[in-house]
Amino acid sequence: MDTNNFFTEHFNKLQSQVGNGNLQELRQKAFHSFNEKGIPLGRNEEWKYTRISNLFNKQYTFPLQLTSISEQDLKELRLPGHEAANELVFVNGLFSEVLSNIRSASLQVQPLEVAARGEFSNIVSEHLGHSSDYLKDGINALNTAFVHGGVFIYLGKGKTLEHPIYLYNITDARTGNIFSQPRSLVYLAGNANAQIVETFNTIGTGESFTNGVMEIVVEQDAMLEHYKIQNDASHANQVSTTHIRQIGKSYVHTVTISLNGGIVRNNLNVVLEAEHCETHLYGLYFIGGDTHVDNHTLVDNVTPHSFSNEFYKGIIDDNATGIFNGKIMVQRLAQKTNAYQSNKNILLSDGASVNTKPQLEIFADDVKCSHGCTVGQLDEEGMFYLRSRGIREEKARALLVHAFAMDVLEHIKPAAIRSYVDHLISERLES
Amino acid sequence: MLSIENLHAGIEGKKILKGINLEIKPGEVHAIMGPNGSGKSTLASVLAGRPEYEVTQGKVEFLGKDLLELSPEKRAGEGLFLAFQYPIEIAGLSTTHFIKTSVNEVRKYRGQQPLDAVSFLKMMKEKMALVNIEKTLLSRSLNEGFSGGEKKRNEIFQMAMLEPRLAILDETDSGLDIDAIRIVSNGVNALRSKDNAVLLVTHYQRLLDYIVPDFVHVLYNGQIVKSGPKELAYELEERGYDFIKSEFPAMEELN
Repeated sequence: MDTNNFFTEHFNKLQSQVGNGNLQELRQKAFHSFNEKGIPLGRNEEWKYTRISNLFNKQYTFPLQLTSISEQDLKELRLPGHEAANELVFVNGLFSEVLSNIRSASLQVQPLEVAARGEFSNIVSEHLGHSSDYLKDGINALNTAFVHGGVFIYLGKGKTLEHPIYLYNITDARTGNIFSQPRSLVYLAGNANAQIVETFNTIGTGESFTNGVMEIVVEQDAMLEHYKIQNDASHANQVSTTHIRQIGKSYVHTVTISLNGGIVRNNLNVVLEAEHCETHLYGLYFIGGDTHVDNHTLVDNVTPHSFSNEFYKGIIDDNATGIFNGKIMVQRLAQKTNAYQSNKNILLSDGASVNTKPQLEIFADDVKCSHGCTVGQLDEEGMFYLRSRGIREEKARALLVHAFAMDVLEHIKPAAIRSYVDHLISERLES
Repeated sequence: MLSIENLHAGIEGKKILKGINLEIKPGEVHAIMGPNGSGKSTLASVLAGRPEYEVTQGKVEFLGKDLLELSPEKRAGEGLFLAFQYPIEIAGLSTTHFIKTSVNEVRKYRGQQPLDAVSFLKMMKEKMALVNIEKTLLSRSLNEGFSGGEKKRNEIFQMAMLEPRLAILDETDSGLDIDAIRIVSNGVNALRSKDNAVLLVTHYQRLLDYIVPDFVHVLYNGQIVKSGPKELAYELEERGYDFIKSEFPAMEELN
């Protein structure tokens, strides 16, 4: 596919279709930036291990108009606990109000276009697209160049969501390959408290390529839990960007679980803009087949006295590839920062591989930072211990792998989601 | 029950066992004693099927089966149990879940139905009392953060749950204070029967005050150089292992 022509054509079509001053301008700027930077190539250090340029050689349909799926299709993709949850549905990258269910009165959800010109216009114009300061590559600009059909999620001062937000990213690839770019902006006002769970599913046998961006802004004393569960088909590829800004002293807790897919690249950035922020980043990639999962994370400490802890684990089987790139930035003014990072991997087969890279950039002198990474095999001693108790080799391996995953899984706080993920893992181990 | 014939084994090309002969009958308790490095733990490991060890010669028969041909899990299924000198810690695996899996895997091997939740809990309760193990310990990750005594009690607890025909206790007394030794020993003694046998591997005689053996064997330089009744243990305690070394000086040179 000739990417330049393809995207220029779609861009012109979109700009002439949708008339909204603010977003139109943002798109124009981003498209210009995309054209300048292009799709990131392997020679770009940040993309060294994840080649996405090949994905653009395929033919895709890139829907600019919302299409729908049936209730039956959706039913199978719903998460446990959905009866009470706030369910937001994206189909082929576009927010579907019809399929969504907002059940908490305190939660405000609007199409991004509506929010951009209504009571939230100030927030949208101030915060939408802020991630481009951090994600300077073409792939992020590409999403912003087509920002439309996205969603704005707002939780007001002091509001606590009793039930989580489930955000389903669904690609309907039954009629062919689909390229899509979901976009959302989440704003938690002071003292608000929310849990967000994102999933990704492709229906049909066509390939999907999802380039999604979610920006989240967290105000003073607010608490955010964000869970990303990736268990899509092997012909489903994605670049998934979550950009979180803690603009007031606040608490952020994220867990990224990657179990299946084609090429999966996660960009998770957390910018600690205020003092005394607390941030926890957990991740588990348990992959097999030819799945490729790349977790790129950034914890950027801008001001003093913040704490962050990052803990990612990888279990890699068959010919799968895992990548962990964890950057901790401590800026000049961010004295008394405590930042910890750890990445542990086990390889279950000869064809499995992992690249792990901690990156510390520290410009303040009074900080506590640590990082460590390990790559190994399943513990032989542990295997013998279990087998000596009558447990068959396969079963013993499954128990050890499951045990290895446990100290990430236990950080999934909503019980229904934790047992759902736990079940997915057990199922995989028993097959 | 167990018959070891001219057993030679080693690790990474190093010869450690150099012709072990031993016969254990149902109902008997045997103690293997010997100085450090004599091959005691190797013997226990080889019998349980630890994969790093290589058997180069000899035969081991267990309840009529060729033991050395069986995988570690099949040996457990046949009724062999090794209480580890250093029980492994496995974070993220609940002790109860582990033991339940173990019991049911062994039952499956023996052609028995898996235990339902109620029968399993009943059995747990019964055996917990035997070794003074608390419920809270069993809800924790396997051996993770357990004290030395708790780990050893957990070993005996597992043994009680699996009801083996032959229990091999590898230095179960090491690192334990006298109270812990008493608890562990009570557990072992409670499980003794005319059908079961116990093989104690120990450096010190003190465990044998609590679990009284029928036979004591002295292992030195990969061979059993002396066997006798329980009194042999007292002699060793009194005279130390040096007298063995001086009785068999030639063997040292052979090394």
